Amino acid sequence: MKAEEVIIDAVIEASRKLPFDAVKALEKAYEEEEGNSKVVLKAILDNLSISKSLEIPLCQDTGMMWCWAEIGRNARVDIVKLEKLIETSLAKAFKKGLFRTSVVRDAMGERSNTGDNLPPVINYSLTSGSDITLHFLLKGFGSENCSSLTMLNPTAGREGVIEAVVDTMKRAGAKPCPPVFIGVGVGGTMDRAAVMSKEAFFKRGKETDLEREIKERINKLNIGPGGMGGKNSSLGVFVKEEPTHIAGLPVAVTVNCWAERKAEVVLLGGYDGD
Amino acid sequence: METKLFLPSQNWSHIHSGDIVYVSGKLYVARDQAHKLLVSEIKEKGETPFPFEGNAVYYMGPSPTKEGMAIGSSGPTTSRRMDEFSPFLISKGLKIMIGKGPRSEKVVEAVKEYGGLYLQAFGGCGALYASRTLSSRTLLYPFLGPEAVLELEVKDFPTICIIDSRGEVFKP
Repeated sequence: MKAEEVIIDAVIEASRKLPFDAVKALEKAYEEEEGNSKVVLKAILDNLSISKSLEIPLCQDTGMMWCWAEIGRNARVDIVKLEKLIETSLAKAFKKGLFRTSVVRDAMGERSNTGDNLPPVINYSLTSGSDITLHFLLKGFGSENCSSLTMLNPTAGREGVIEAVVDTMKRAGAKPCPPVFIGVGVGGTMDRAAVMSKEAFFKRGKETDLEREIKERINKLNIGPGGMGGKNSSLGVFVKEEPTHIAGLPVAVTVNCWAERKAEVVLLGGYDGD
Repeated sequence: METKLFLPSQNWSHIHSGDIVYVSGKLYVARDQAHKLLVSEIKEKGETPFPFEGNAVYYMGPSPTKEGMAIGSSGPTTSRRMDEFSPFLISKGLKIMIGKGPRSEKVVEAVKEYGGLYLQAFGGCGALYASRTLSSRTLLYPFLGPEAVLELEVKDFPTICIIDSRGEVFKP
């Protein structure tokens, strides 16, 4: 199968179907809640089967496309062709998958629609190995508008980080379509923390103590599914951390709605045009 | 409590905050840019571009329509961004609003003063709402693309009442 076709299929599937872990978390939340909160979760689970059977996006906000190309240091790579591959595949996926054209240019002026949902936001980084991994987030903006960045004092420590995330959700309340998934970037510079807060959604491995503690603290806020109250305000927290400066402790928080739409494509051996 | 609302309607005093409300009938769709334009058009011309009385506005911008369906994915968008425009529109007769998330104090006051209604649709459930939409046509501002004003015919749209006509706000 050609790289382009694999990307198109993966991105369209992400608009209609949630990752296994997200569905499991929603089903567990449904069992735990009652009253209006349960009604909201029932609608969410019904919506997942309807989008699958109708073959349309599960949410009309198919997002602004965020892409992270992780390039193995031993991979064959033509970076210009890789960029072209990403952009042409996405353009085709948006058309074929009936994505909404949600991107505008002249952001503080005319705000005219670009008409093709392009451009995506693309980040490139190097890693070990000989493959290229493309990570995609279909990033809805109801939740993105609730995201935050805090430059903490270096002495604020773990508790400061937890509070920065919990405060973000206190302000967000019912706006980002809870129960939410949260990405947290800690360290680096201001911009690096923000990028890490999105890379965090692709972490592997088990939930850490810090992630569990943040999730539990958010769940005590009683925001609940659709803001109806209840035990489930957050279904998952992912933290990514890097070294920072002696004078600071940057904390970035990406808020993602319950529809945690993401896709990953591995280009084995890299990509130089084939 | 579960209840039904048929639009246009002249009476929604039976609906209380916290009630599950199934909405059927006509809905007018408008979001950010359409709100901005509606407000300036009404101020300029002194009249509303579609009948406000007894009708509802739905905060939404659909994804493209699949062949054979009435509309694409079509769940609610965040109501908060419409808060600066809503009190003016409510004062001009548009009393019923459907969106998602909380509203400002000023919107709550306007709903109470004019006996309006704010319903929350289920965020992210675009495919569900598409499956309950019978027809759709573009009414105003087609140049806004996915933000154009639409007229929908819907059946059993599930919502929850957040602010009722008495100004009572649902609190979890």
